[in-house]
Amino acid sequence: MIEAEGLTKFYGSISAINNVSFRIEKGEVVGFLGPNGAGKSTTIRILTCYMPPSSGTARVEGLDVIENSLQIRQKIGYMPETVPLYNDLTVSRFLRFAAGSKGVEAKRMNTEISRVISACGLEKNANRIIRNLSKGFRQRVGLAQALLNDPAVLILDEPTIGLDPSQIIEIRRLIQDLREERTILLSTHILPEVSQLCQRVIIINKGEIVATDSPTNLTSQLQKTVKIVLEVSGPSQEFAQAIENMAGIQKVSVVNNGTSKFVIETDPSMDMRSQIAATAVQKGCGLLELRTMQLSLEDIFMQLVTEEPSEEGAES
Amino acid sequence: MKGFWPVFRKELYGMFMSPIFYVVAFFFLLVSGVFFNYILAQVSLVSFQVAQHPELGRDISMMELFLRSFLWNLSIIMLFITPLLTMRLYAEERKSGTIELLFTYPVTDAGALAGKFAACLTTFAVLLAATLPGVIAVTLVAAPPWKLVVCGYAGVLLMGCAFLSLGTFASTLTRNQIISAIITFSVLLVLWFIGEMKTTVSPAMGSFFEYISVSKHFEGLAKGLIDSRDILYYIVFSVFFLFLTLRQMSSYRWRG
Repeated sequence: MIEAEGLTKFYGSISAINNVSFRIEKGEVVGFLGPNGAGKSTTIRILTCYMPPSSGTARVEGLDVIENSLQIRQKIGYMPETVPLYNDLTVSRFLRFAAGSKGVEAKRMNTEISRVISACGLEKNANRIIRNLSKGFRQRVGLAQALLNDPAVLILDEPTIGLDPSQIIEIRRLIQDLREERTILLSTHILPEVSQLCQRVIIINKGEIVATDSPTNLTSQLQKTVKIVLEVSGPSQEFAQAIENMAGIQKVSVVNNGTSKFVIETDPSMDMRSQIAATAVQKGCGLLELRTMQLSLEDIFMQLVTEEPSEEGAES
Repeated sequence: MKGFWPVFRKELYGMFMSPIFYVVAFFFLLVSGVFFNYILAQVSLVSFQVAQHPELGRDISMMELFLRSFLWNLSIIMLFITPLLTMRLYAEERKSGTIELLFTYPVTDAGALAGKFAACLTTFAVLLAATLPGVIAVTLVAAPPWKLVVCGYAGVLLMGCAFLSLGTFASTLTRNQIISAIITFSVLLVLWFIGEMKTTVSPAMGSFFEYISVSKHFEGLAKGLIDSRDILYYIVFSVFFLFLTLRQMSSYRWRG
C-alpha cells in the first residue's frame, strides 16, 4: 500500500511536484504516466526514501518515509530510471551485494540469487562483468536486484525503455507474473504498456496529478464525441454534404485532402452507423470502410497533458 | 551500522577489480623501493664514516636513522597515493547514479560510510604491509629496534587513516574523481607544510599552525615515541572528516 498526501518537492526555488496526493491499495498494479519533467521520478524518489519531500507525507505499507525510512527500504524493490549498476562487478557479485544490503541471510543467499537470476533470464550472464552487458541485460539485472528479498512493493521507473520488442514482451510477462500479492507502481511513457498491465493510471503533468482512474473509465469520461472512420467510392462530395446535414452529426472532416476517407464525429448518445451506411447507398457510393474509433490512451494522455493553452510543459 | 559488511565486501572487491589499484600499487612499491634503496645506501655510507671516526656517531643508531628516514619517505609518498585510493568512493557512485541504489537499500548512511572507509583502510594497510619485507630483511643484518618498527608503522597507518578520511570527505564534494583527488592532495599538502610556516606569523598563530599540521604529529611517532596527543590528533582528525562526510550525505539527500 502506498499513500501520498500533499507531497511537494522544491529543488532550490523551483518546485518539481506540487501537492501530489494519491493512494495505491495492496495488490494493485498502477501506471504512473506523464511527459518528461512532469515529476514522476521525483515522486518515485520520495516514495523510495531516496530523498525526503519538502512538505507533505508519504507512507508505504503504513510506514512514514521520513521516520521509518529503513523499514520501508526493506520492503521496497526499486528499479531506478537509468538503471545504475556497479559496472566493475560481475552480475552475481553485484546481486550478492544487493542481497546482503537488503538483509538476506547468508544461508538463503545462494537460493535467493539463483531465484532472481532465473526469473530474469540471466543464467548465461551471471558471471559476466556488468560493464560488458547489453542494454537489455542491464535492464534485467536492474529488475533482478529489485526482486531480491521478495519485496511487498515494487517500484519500477520505466522498466522497458530501450529494449527490443521481444525483450519488452518478456519483461511485461515477468511483471504480470509478479503482480500477485504485490503492490506495483510502474512509471512509463509507453501507453499500450499501461493498458496491458495496469488496473489504474495516475497521470501527472507539471508536478500535479491531473487524473487518477482505470484506463476504461478515463476513456469514457473524456470521450465527448464518437468518431467514425468512413471510406467511400463514388461521388464523395455529395455524400459528405448529405452527411453533414444529418441530425446528430457534429463534424465531418476529410482525412488528407482529395481522398474519400472521412472522420465523422457524432453525438455519443446515439449510434449513427446504420444511418450513415443507408445514406451512402442512397447517394450511390460504395462503402469501403466503416468503423468507430476508440479513444486511445494516447488521446487521453494528450488531452490531459496539453489542456493548458501554453506549451511550456511539453518540453522534453 | 546496518550494511557495513556488504558494502565493505563490495568496495574491497571493486577496488581489487579496478585498474587504479594496480597502478597505484605498482608506483607505490616502485617509488618506496627506490627510496628504500637510496636511504639504505646513504645510511651505509654514514655508518662507514662513523666507523672511521667513532667520535662522530656515538649516539646514533644506524638502524634507527634508516627506519626514521624511510618512514618519513613513506609518509610523503602517502600524500600522493591516498587521494587516488579515496577519490572514487562517493564521486563514482554519484557519477554513475549507483548512489540511488545505495540510498534506497536498507543500509544506514553510517554503515555504508564505515564499509567504504574500512575497505579503503584495508587496501592501504595491504600496500603498507608490502613494504615490510624490505624492512624485515634489513633487521636480519642489524639488531632490530622492534619498538620503532611497530610504533613507526602504527604511526604511518594512523596518519593514513587521517588522510583517507579527508579524501573520503573530498569525494562527496564532486562527481568528478580527478577534482576529488586534487582537493584532497592540495589540502593535505597545505596541512603537511603549515607547521613550517610558523616563523612567518605571530607566535600564537604559529603554535596553532604547528598543532594542526599533520607532519608535526608524526615526528614523535617516527622516533618511536608514543604521545597520546599525537594519537588523539589523528583520531580526532579522522572522526571529524568522517562526520563531515555523513553530514554531506544527508545534505545531498535533502537537496535531491
